[in-house]
Amino acid sequence: MIETNQLTKIFRDRKRREEAPAVNGVNLRCEPGRIYGLLGANGAGKTTTLRLLATLLKPSSGTVCVAGCDAIREPEKVRARIGFLSTGTALYGRLTARETVEYFGRLHEMREDLLEARIREVFATLGMDEFKDRQCDKLSSGMKQKVSIARTLIHDPPVMIFDEPTVGLDVMTARTIVQFIRECREKGKTVIVSTHVMSEAEKLCDRIGIIDRGRLLVEGTLAELRARYAAHDLEDIFVRVVEGPP
Amino acid sequence: MNWRAVAIVYGKELRDSIRDRRTIISMIVVPVLFLPLLIFGVVALTFKSVTKARQEIPRVMIIGGENSPRVLAALQAAKNLQVVPAAADFTKAILEKRVRAVVKLPPDFDTVIARGDKCEVEIYQNQGEMKSVFAAENLNAFFRNLSDATVRERLGARGVPVGVLQPFTTHRQNVAAPSEVAGNLLGGVFPCLIIVMCLTGAMYPATDVTAGEKERGTLEAVLCCPVGRTELVFGKFLIVLTASIGTVVLSLLSMGATFQLAKQILAGSGPREVLLNIGAVDLGGMAGVFLMLLPVAVMLSAALLLVGLFSRSFREAQSYCGPLMLLAMAPALAAALPGVELNAALAMVPLLNVSLVCKEILAGAWHWSHILLIFGSACLYATAALATTVWMFHREEVLFRS
Repeated sequence: MIETNQLTKIFRDRKRREEAPAVNGVNLRCEPGRIYGLLGANGAGKTTTLRLLATLLKPSSGTVCVAGCDAIREPEKVRARIGFLSTGTALYGRLTARETVEYFGRLHEMREDLLEARIREVFATLGMDEFKDRQCDKLSSGMKQKVSIARTLIHDPPVMIFDEPTVGLDVMTARTIVQFIRECREKGKTVIVSTHVMSEAEKLCDRIGIIDRGRLLVEGTLAELRARYAAHDLEDIFVRVVEGPP
Repeated sequence: MNWRAVAIVYGKELRDSIRDRRTIISMIVVPVLFLPLLIFGVVALTFKSVTKARQEIPRVMIIGGENSPRVLAALQAAKNLQVVPAAADFTKAILEKRVRAVVKLPPDFDTVIARGDKCEVEIYQNQGEMKSVFAAENLNAFFRNLSDATVRERLGARGVPVGVLQPFTTHRQNVAAPSEVAGNLLGGVFPCLIIVMCLTGAMYPATDVTAGEKERGTLEAVLCCPVGRTELVFGKFLIVLTASIGTVVLSLLSMGATFQLAKQILAGSGPREVLLNIGAVDLGGMAGVFLMLLPVAVMLSAALLLVGLFSRSFREAQSYCGPLMLLAMAPALAAALPGVELNAALAMVPLLNVSLVCKEILAGAWHWSHILLIFGSACLYATAALATTVWMFHREEVLFRS
């Protein structure tokens, strides 16, 4: 479960000498076994919101609760319960697939025997045994994506956060990611995905929130949004929400 | 502090660095091969070319002296001079290197000398050309000897003993031990060299584990793990320090080995004397200098890490590292200047203080009050640099600077 209450993040713009709210009073609720899609244009505040959930940034005000832990008071507990996958594979090119996953497992303070067993399980599930001892630099983009997924999953977190996970990927690799996100839902994990690809959100998300200039303007299931805005296409709904009433 | 987490981060960074060709180049290839080759190569080549120039019998021209067969014959007979026929454009001849130097004799030189009068001999040389200067030195030495012989002759003719003009002689004695002589030779250069090596070895890893990680997106992934930022920065700092100290140790070992080898190769030549002097350097002093420079390595590693953290990209970090290196070298170079000595004010200037006290230690002067004061202040600066780095690692605007 992810729950935010009046979540706000203000950045100081030193050049302009002013304060700019990147996230402004956002109230979110993502439930286990559901995929929440955070939809917004570039610079709308999606990444900042997800970074606040992942405790990478501290909120200026408001509260965040992730998997029963307060993100402000217990950030390390929150980090132990989340998997964060962002744009790009973010791998260490000179480490092998196995070493990379091992490193992240150890950073999550996993016991060595449990880590070993979990690596075997994850590698078998993702079909990574063939290239587990190859350095990440020498892997294809699909293989790299699998390593990235494996390092995110190694500690079996109950909450998964995806920040524009398919940006810049080819069709096949993007499909792997989308499939992986669905599997997370099937396993009962709480999933939040930021995207600006409408078709992806339509196919994937159980609940959609539209964010613009740091404000969560609207949220609901796809059916609820369609009914509310009398439009079928999510892109049309998005434009109506962002442009506001005439 | 969770030291297990620090060890995990350090272990990963170490493995990553060892597999990185660029780290290996900056940490092993440059200090072990390139630097000794460069230093000793330049020294050996300089000595060889100077020796060769000294051994050459220079071609010299004599202008005038038509009525002075005695001096002309003596010049012709000089073994270290090769007299060539005179030409009107003698200055041009020197500049075009057809002759190395020219001596211009006054009219009736022999007669003036025989009469017991005084005259002036002019020697022409090209000051910017080493071989010309050596040729002029040979000519000068010839005329000095001739002058001495003439004085002796004149005194003898008057029945006056030579001692009238030279009532006593002086003889200089060296009271410094060979190690002190070596210490003075190395004192200025050595700390500067270590500082450069500290930076050379640490620069690439420091940039890679900070700005490089930001650029690749791995830093964000690691920050999402339940490991404290202090532990993360310590793990990263330790790998930078390892590279820094590793580079210094490898440089020193390699320089020592090259030095021994150079002694064999240059046996019997001029450089050997210099190398023998350097070889007498006190090993205790070297160890002292190394210990004094440890907090400096900590400070420089932290400073490089700070620069890397602040930068948005690897390239930006690299562009800051160059000025940082100059900034660090300036005080060390200032300490190497002759006449710059330790005082209360300079004892507080970072890098300059350590460089100056190292100069003293290598020269055999162990002033414990200076040493302790400077070691303490160096540790303080190192702690401040490290604390600033840790503080910066906790700042969102630095980690996610865009």
